[in-house]
Parts: sequence; structure tokens; C-alpha cells
Amino acid sequence: MIRVVFLAQLREQLGAAELDVPVGQIKTLADLKTYLLLQNSSWSGALSNPKLLSAVNHAYVKGDHVLADGDEVAFFPPVTGG
Amino acid sequence: MAFSIAVQEQDFDVGREYGELIFGDTAAGAVVFFVGRVRDTNYARDVKSMSLEHYPGMTEKILQQILDEAKSRWKLIAARIVHRVGELHVSDQIVFVGVTSVHREHAFQAAEFLMDFLKTQAPFWKKELTGQGALWVEENSKDVGASLRWNK
Repeated sequence: MIRVVFLAQLREQLGAAELDVPVGQIKTLADLKTYLLLQNSSWSGALSNPKLLSAVNHAYVKGDHVLADGDEVAFFPPVTGG
Repeated sequence: MAFSIAVQEQDFDVGREYGELIFGDTAAGAVVFFVGRVRDTNYARDVKSMSLEHYPGMTEKILQQILDEAKSRWKLIAARIVHRVGELHVSDQIVFVGVTSVHREHAFQAAEFLMDFLKTQAPFWKKELTGQGALWVEENSKDVGASLRWNK
């Protein structure tokens, strides 16, 4: 399984905080996004936002990234703390 | 405790943080600290309160990485980051960054670096409750610029 986490405004836009996705054919971050959009076509707007950031196992990743069983993948908007 | 972080709902006491930063230390001739507070206006909107969300696990990891990076760039004796989460009101304290060093130059620069990187890297998000409703705070290009100047 891959644990998927949505945070902040993205979580509100999608109406989902987290979900578990079977690894199946998912090998990369791009595969995961494709899978999520196939499952929930209404997510395409929010999930296609080019400003979204991604993290795998609590580390930022840029571009595509290889995923493995047990990974935690997070999607979130630009950060605004401090 | 020389280099430590905390993510917490409860308020922090600046005097106590300062005391702990310099406790038993006779070498640090310079202490610089910064406190960020909830202000009453943001982009001409009246702010009543805000909720601060974070990504548990990643937040702590990133803050620790930022501290490590500061430690590698400047000669620091101690440094501390405290960031609050949850419901905060106008005038509440949000963040504390404290740095000690032998001389002030390193402490000043490291404190600024820590805040600039925290603002653009640490996974915190602010949602303001304003006179115009609840609004997620947008990324600030000034913060991004401030962070980029530290790129080597």
C-alpha cells in the first residue's frame, strides 16, 4: 500500500485527508497522480495545480519519483508558516 | 539542548527560552532571537484569529535539517526553533528562533537564515479568520526572495 496524504487547502478542496492506495501498477509519483485522477475525476483541477508540492516519506521531491510499497506520499500547497 | 526544535500548541516563554539557550554557557558573547506574532492586518484584511496546521513528522524533520544547515554555515553554540500550531489569536506568539554564537555576526545571520528557510520549507499553513471570512494565506513572493538569497 501507498499512504497518500493531502494537507491544508488541498485537503479541503478534495474533501479527503488521506487514503491508502494499492501499489498495483504504480511505480512512480506520476503513476500515482494518474491513478488518483482516474478514481476521482473531480480532483483534476486541484491536483493539477502547478504550485502543489510533494513529499515522499517526509522529504521534498521534485519532478517524478520512484515509489515503493509502504511509502507515504504527501501533496500540499506552498507553505506559509513562520 | 544545544540545537533543538519544538512544535507545540502551547505558548512559549521568551525569557525561559533565552535562559535555556545560555544555560551554563560562558563562551557565547552574542544571542539573537526573533519572535513572530499574529498581527491584526494582512493584505488589508482584518485578522481575528488563525489556525495553524502542519504535517506532523515532516515538520520536525525539516526544522532539524534547517538547524543542521545553519550549524554548517556559521559558528554557532546553540540554536532553538519553537513553532506553535492550532488556534491562535491576534497578538499571540507564533514562532521563536534563538541563536547563540561567540560574536554577533554569526548569530544575526544564522537567525535570519533560519527564519527565511523556515518560512519557505517547513510544512506549516495558516488559515486566517478575517472580516471577509476564512482564507488560506497565500505564498509570499518576498519570503521566497528572502530565502533564495542564501543559495550558495
